[in-house]
Amino acid sequence: MSSATHPAAAPATSGAGSNAMILFAVAAVAVLLVAPFGVYPVFLMKVMCFALFACAFNLLLGYTGLLSFGHAMFFGGSAYICAHTTKVLGFTPELALLAGVAFSAVLGLLAGLLAIRRQGIYFAMVTLALAQMFFFFCLQAKFTGGEDGLQAVPRRPLFGVIDISQDIHLYYFVLAIFLFGFFVIYRTIHSPFGQVLKAIRENEPRAISLGYRANQYKLLAFVLSAALAGLAGSTKVLVFQLASLTDVAWQMSGEVVLMTLVGGMGTVLGPVVGAAVIVTMQNYLAGLGEWVLVIQGVIFVLAVSLFRRGFVGEVIAVWQQMKARKANS
Amino acid sequence: MRLAAVLLAAASVVVAAGAAKAQVPVKIGVLNDQSGLYADLGGQGSVWAAKKAVEDFGAAAKGLKVDVIFADHQNKADVGTSIARQWYDVDGVDVIVDTPNSGVALAVNTVTKEKNKVFINSGAATSDLTGKACTPNTVHWTYDTWALANGTGKAIVKNGGDTWFFLTADYAFGHALERDTSEVVKANGGKVVGSVKVPLNNSDFSSFLLQAQSSKAKIIGLANAGGDTINSIKQASEYGIVDGGQKLAGLLIFLTDVHSLGLKVAQGLNLTSAWYWDQTDANRKFADAFAAANGGKRPTMVQAGVYSGVLHYLKAVAALKSAKDGAAVVAEMKKIPTDDPLFGKGEVRADGRQIHPMYLYEVKKPSESKGPYDYYTLKGTIPANEAFRPIGEGDCPLVKKG
Amino acid sequence: MFELLGIPPQALFGQLLLGLINGAFYAMLSLGLAVIFGLLNVINFTHGAQYMMGAFGAWMLLNYAGIPFWGALVLSPIVVAIIGMVIERTLLKRLYHLDHLYGLLLTFGLALILEGLFRRQYGSSGLPYNNPLPGGTNLGFMFLPNYRAFVVAASLVVCLATWFVIERTKLGSYLRAATERPDLVQAFGIDVPRMITLTYGFGVGLAALAGVLAAPAYQVSPTMGSNLIIVVFAVVVIGGMGSIMGAIVTGFGLGVIEGLTKVFYPEASSTVIFVIMALVLMVKPAGLFGTAK
Repeated sequence: MSSATHPAAAPATSGAGSNAMILFAVAAVAVLLVAPFGVYPVFLMKVMCFALFACAFNLLLGYTGLLSFGHAMFFGGSAYICAHTTKVLGFTPELALLAGVAFSAVLGLLAGLLAIRRQGIYFAMVTLALAQMFFFFCLQAKFTGGEDGLQAVPRRPLFGVIDISQDIHLYYFVLAIFLFGFFVIYRTIHSPFGQVLKAIRENEPRAISLGYRANQYKLLAFVLSAALAGLAGSTKVLVFQLASLTDVAWQMSGEVVLMTLVGGMGTVLGPVVGAAVIVTMQNYLAGLGEWVLVIQGVIFVLAVSLFRRGFVGEVIAVWQQMKARKANS
Repeated sequence: MRLAAVLLAAASVVVAAGAAKAQVPVKIGVLNDQSGLYADLGGQGSVWAAKKAVEDFGAAAKGLKVDVIFADHQNKADVGTSIARQWYDVDGVDVIVDTPNSGVALAVNTVTKEKNKVFINSGAATSDLTGKACTPNTVHWTYDTWALANGTGKAIVKNGGDTWFFLTADYAFGHALERDTSEVVKANGGKVVGSVKVPLNNSDFSSFLLQAQSSKAKIIGLANAGGDTINSIKQASEYGIVDGGQKLAGLLIFLTDVHSLGLKVAQGLNLTSAWYWDQTDANRKFADAFAAANGGKRPTMVQAGVYSGVLHYLKAVAALKSAKDGAAVVAEMKKIPTDDPLFGKGEVRADGRQIHPMYLYEVKKPSESKGPYDYYTLKGTIPANEAFRPIGEGDCPLVKKG
Repeated sequence: MFELLGIPPQALFGQLLLGLINGAFYAMLSLGLAVIFGLLNVINFTHGAQYMMGAFGAWMLLNYAGIPFWGALVLSPIVVAIIGMVIERTLLKRLYHLDHLYGLLLTFGLALILEGLFRRQYGSSGLPYNNPLPGGTNLGFMFLPNYRAFVVAASLVVCLATWFVIERTKLGSYLRAATERPDLVQAFGIDVPRMITLTYGFGVGLAALAGVLAAPAYQVSPTMGSNLIIVVFAVVVIGGMGSIMGAIVTGFGLGVIEGLTKVFYPEASSTVIFVIMALVLMVKPAGLFGTAK
């Protein structure tokens, strides 16, 4: 999968809207369609869930300039709702997903109202603290099952008819959700709304003086990001058939920051690549035990110190340099 | 390096399966915490115990080709299920053993049933594994919350500790432990005078200990685990609670916890355990071999349980001459009585609970201890038929049917 | 629950004192964060890990070099501060011209590395550290361990000394000036980069000192810092980073409030600080002692 995304990343993000981009999109989808026959589907689904999560997060960090250190509360909160509605109330998957997304959107609205009162680092700390509060709520609440989590969530038939209990069937459903979420984010970034967000990121006072109500735009972006993070969390429940405290812990918030940073914040494909890299790493380094934490930390430090543009960001930069050189000669 | 070892093991089984047709291939996956809170009580020690069981069983001579692999579930249920699924689907693992952390254990329990493999749990505490969540594919070996609560509660009340105050970790596990112990205390004529729910990862217990102190209860029950237990015991000693005449009762304490606390702080603590290395000659022999391979550490009851469980599993597979049908193997395990040097004679019940005696210990004073890991004095034995939850009370669907 | 209303005033007094003891740790940690933030504009996410390193420093000094608690109280913070200054010189320094968020991300990564390394080396169940001041005094309403009394006294002294140095001495006035206009202060012939390095070292040293003080009371474990640091962040948001005194007062005050919650409604004691944070944000977004910019 990764071999398909890297070389073509640059045209997709340059916003050229050219044939090359459409070609790339078609190729990428084609690869994703056949991928489960070559690669273990559960692994691919996990990557897609985290890729969607990271993309949702990137909408906030990369395009609005807000660093949320509490996105786990939307991811994990929605997961609990999805698991609970499926297991206890007997919802079908699509309804459970909706319930999860609605919950995370409302939670995002509440958290956003508080958090956007502060800027910059304070915003990060406030979101972190709110997420921690939510973590303790989940730990103590009855319906979450405490540290045991919600287990053995059934994979009910989609819309009540389509069987998704087989991994391979579920894969295509997860793929559809991922593409939908990705498309929503892509459209948002390239809409007038997305342009205003970027203006706020670059210079908030100027955007305000131009007549934009920056806080409303930020809040809306926050809610949208929360809802999509929730979609990712709920989808993960379908894949793993459980919701647990892992998903609401602050480490999860840190992981999504790492994915976005490694892939390249403020690029469309960056978070996808970042999620693929980190999930693959966790999967294949699981035997290394405690070193995983250290390696993640080292990647963080390296990314911040040397590759601030991230994987995809660096590729774009190189590509643009080459283009500029070509134009000059 | 570990990764390489895993890959090598995986590769060797493929080759072996092709080459030796006559032998029955068996693949054991030790899935536990290799890096976190439970790494010391299970971890690599459990992997060693599984390998030792294979060796002692003489698997090769009995026509079994056994491989042991392991992985770290990082105490995350989703990581645990990912590994379990991949092991069952791709790597051809037949049985998963150990798996501490109730959340991960319940998740692996579900996957194992779905794939019709075998899950022999030794490390997790939740009694749901043989209760509400029981399956025809799971056997729960060493201990569970009910057995601990029952053992400690009953013995202490009988010795005169009839008023209790609980420090309870405020989540499902702590609540269950408090509930189970309270019932035992009351059933034996004791009284619970109060309890306080302590949030998880709260490093300061002084406020709660003060409440326990002013309750004047004779026994302070610690319905918590790991770091919380360690911190509460340590601070109880600082506030002079034990010197003041009150006693602490740890409801879930492992040898490694006592080791980490030191005897000076932990002395006088009452606890229940399924196994202690310095109790019989067979145990000591096992512990010596363990220590030689694991840097002088002594095995915990969880690691001993892994050994015992794997041994019994191999007996069942040898009898069936196949490891492929998980439910059939577990049925066979329930049919033959358990008998091994560490846990003695016992049985696996219909709900998957393995039955053996439990023991009540008191932690020694520093002056009584001869050196590292010489920590426990035996105070009493709870016979096998009383040590575990009666089979009818667990709400296990398997029992109702039968 | 009869304890709710029937709690005798003496017991309440005891709980207030306990709250103060916990507040001492919050105060020292948030003070260090505030000092670093004031001059470097960096939220030091590594603060929790440095607190943990302070505690481990004490343990290592005792077990490898035989240096007792009182020596470690001085040595361990100095060693951790030096490590901190090396980090500032080699890594943090390169990020000052960028968005402050990068400083946060870098220190977060460092925290992961440090925690992982200590876990790898010492396991995660923690190590024992003996109480250097065993015994205690019966105050009538409660049993006060000598060591806890020492912790409160020591941290009060350290906090007030820091406040005095920064607000009332010439060195402090340079520091405050450099916070406002580093370029001007540099022009007056003061070596601002060196001042920044030393300030970071001082803030880190405070965290490590808190760690050494924590070692005998709690278990020395690799995760002891990461759980605490998030609460301290909330403390900092509540207090605002405007003043040194603000950080100290908020730290002790919240410790007391948390202590009271443990008596009246223990289930909420881990969340009460976050709830207060939300309330403060609604009423006074800049924090209790902060100045809105």
